Order: sequence, then C-alpha cells, then structure tokens
Amino acid sequence: MSKVFAIVWKDILSELRTREIVVSVLVFAILIIVIFNFAFDSGKDAIGLVAPGILWVALTFAGVLSLNRTFAMEREKGCLEGLMLCPVSRDVLYWGKMIASFILMLAIEIIVTPIFLVLYDLPLFVPELILITTLTTLGFVSVGTLFSALTVNIRARDIMLPILFFPIVVPVIIAAVEATQIALDGKPFSDMASWLQIMGAFDAIFLVISAFTFEFVIEE
Amino acid sequence: MIENNSGFMIEAYGLAKLFGSHAALRSVDLKVGKGECVAILGPNGAGKTTLIKVLATLAKTSGGKVRLAGFDIAKNAVQIRRQIGVVSHQTFLYDNLTAYENLKFYGKMYDVPDLEERIFEVIEQVRLTTRIHDLVRVFSRGMQQRLSIARAILHDPPILLLDEPETGLDQRSTAMLSELLKKLIAGNRTVLMTTHNLEWCLELGNRVMVLDRGRITYEETGHNLGLVELRENYNRHTGVAS
Repeated sequence: MSKVFAIVWKDILSELRTREIVVSVLVFAILIIVIFNFAFDSGKDAIGLVAPGILWVALTFAGVLSLNRTFAMEREKGCLEGLMLCPVSRDVLYWGKMIASFILMLAIEIIVTPIFLVLYDLPLFVPELILITTLTTLGFVSVGTLFSALTVNIRARDIMLPILFFPIVVPVIIAAVEATQIALDGKPFSDMASWLQIMGAFDAIFLVISAFTFEFVIEE
Repeated sequence: MIENNSGFMIEAYGLAKLFGSHAALRSVDLKVGKGECVAILGPNGAGKTTLIKVLATLAKTSGGKVRLAGFDIAKNAVQIRRQIGVVSHQTFLYDNLTAYENLKFYGKMYDVPDLEERIFEVIEQVRLTTRIHDLVRVFSRGMQQRLSIARAILHDPPILLLDEPETGLDQRSTAMLSELLKKLIAGNRTVLMTTHNLEWCLELGNRVMVLDRGRITYEETGHNLGLVELRENYNRHTGVAS
C-alpha cells in the first residue's frame, strides 16, 4: 500500500509544481460550459433538460485530456521503464496512477461544478452531486487509467484514447446525467437510487477488471 | 533468494528476441560471473539495448533461457528486479521533482531500509550533495546521469545493467562517470555494460564482447587486448571496413 501512495505522492507533487494538467483541463472544461451557455438561452425551460448533459460533456472531455497525460508524462526520460523496473506487481502501478488521476479529476470537478451551477442559474446546494460526481469519476478513471496505459505507445494516442475509451464508459456517463437531472430537479434520493446502483456496479466491476488486466496492457 | 548453483550472476542460453519477423537477438549465450564487468560493443541496431531490456525484465524473451542471480526470468521477474540496477541513456528521473524526491520515490518503491541515510550516502557517492534539493530539470546532462546512477544503486543491487550510459555526455562528464563506475565495479558488483566507446570497454571491462545483428560474434578477455587490436577485431566482426 505504501508503494501505491508513493506513486500518488509523486504524481500529485509533480502536478502541484507544474499545474500542467489541472490548469489546461480546467480552462477547457470551463470553455465548454461557457460556450454551451451562449448556445442555449438559460431563461428557457429546456435548460433544465440539457444542463446535466452539458456538465458531463464538459467533465468527460476534460477528463480525457487529463487521462491522456497520465502515462504520457511517464514516457519522458523513460520514467515508465523506471516504474516497470520496480520490484512490485503491475497492479500497484495501476492503483497508484488511478488514485492520482482520481484526486486530480475531483479537484477539477470541485472548481468546475459550482461555476456550472452559477452560470446556468441552478440551485447551488445539491449535496447529492457530491456522491454522483465521486462515483462517476471513480468509474471514469478506473477504465481511463487502463486505456491511457494501452494507448501510451501509440503515436495517435490523443485520438485513440477517446475512440477506445468512450464506448466503454458510456453506461456510467448516462447514469451520471440521469442522476444529476434528478438531483437538480430536487426529487427525492430514492428516485436516483437505481442510477447510483448502476454507477456503483460499474465502478466495482471495472476496478477489478482493470487492475487485473493492467499487467497485460502495460507489458510489452 | 534461491540458491545460485551455477555461480554465474547472469546466464543466457540460446536467448532469442523477435519483433514480428525481425530477429533482434539470435541464440545469444552469455555467462557473467560474480564481480565481473562485461562490456558489449556493437553497431546501432545490433541488439544491445534489446539484450539489456530482456535482462532487465522489460522485454519478454522469444526463446532460450535466462537466469539472473539464480532466478529464472520467466518465473521470477519481481525477484530479479530487486537484484538489478539499470542505467540507460534515459535517466528514468522526474524533471519536476528534486534529486532528493526522486531518490525518495524510488527508495520507497524498492523498500530500501533506512532510506534517508541511504539517500545521503548514494548522493555523496555521485557527488551531488550540494544539489540534493534542486529540481532535476535544472541539472546538466552529466549531473542527471550521475543521479541516475545513484537511483540505480539506491537498493544496493548485486547486478548493474548499463545501456550506453555515456550517451550525450561531454568528455569531462564521461571521465567522471567512468571514475564512478570503476568504484562501483570494484565493490564486487556484477556489471553488464553496452557501449560504443572502445576505450571504456578496455578501461572498465574484464571481458569484451561484440554483438552484431543479434549474435555474439567476438569475445575476449579485456587485459589481453590493446585499443588498436580491439578496434581491428570490432571492425572485422561487425563488417565495418577498417
């Protein structure tokens, strides 16, 4: 476990020094939200229907940008080989990279979501969003970390990652949009329970599958 | 550690490595004893880096048998990684971390006991004590390569695999690196080194081999050779016109 946290510590410290991922991804996510805000008149009733979709489009696209960098930064100076030389099982590398990505994405979402709620004139205090965002992000990065490792050696990885990754992650994004819709409409928690269950099941399944298959993906 | 009955720290028998239909290594036989330093010469594309990668468990073999420190590479890759330190022309260092932070990270990954003490010990060995809290990105290439050696010996491995460590270094840095490696070799470590530098082979290696098109084509004990003779033999065994 200490090795997993050594990887997390290294990734977070590196990011705090450069802010390479957070700043660019944050700007990108906010741009998407602002552009959609201009495209839709927020005074119309329709905004309530499209707002959850806009939020998750912004977070998903921004998340892919972030995931693209997860292993790309390890390629510089051969650091990926340095990691592969460490006497640890490959799933330690997976958990370390996954948890670091999870923390970075949550940090971005903590900033983006309030901005989104203000711009679209939606209720600011929606505690259910914390649970929805956490579960969605966990599912997103559990699969994303695996695919980021898969595409790291591909020349067109910036394009290949979303092409391979989005079809897999669609169920959790749909569930996130539906659950966010229910939360923003102020409906009772029980109404979104089935969507949260889907997210929970997706997270559990893909965390196990991804950790198990990571070795085959990362090895030559 | 399982018992190393053969007495060799590095053994390869009929080692082959294929990339599709291209054979990067063809039936390589290699034995390196404890405390020995073997230098492998060869032109670009000869298979030197592939050989190091296979021995370092970074690439799988396509055929043959390989053992390091008595461990079978196909079955005990994790145990082998504890026994080896790798220095390549790539440093495996994180630019945005300090020298200390890089060593601390790798030390934790290798479960190095008394890590703080060991970090200062190896950083002293590579003469970077005064720069320990500087970011790696401000280091010169020579300093980065010295820090890379500190990283490789941090867990005190009995085997060192060096893949063209002098690449990109100026003469002064190369001389400094050479001095450093001499000390490491004198410490009874087993070293397998690939290089293009013939002088280095004679200076550091007990034994010199030439690898050409995936095969060991020449082998001689270092102290039996002079530079001119080595150059002639190298040219002859790699098909380079002298």
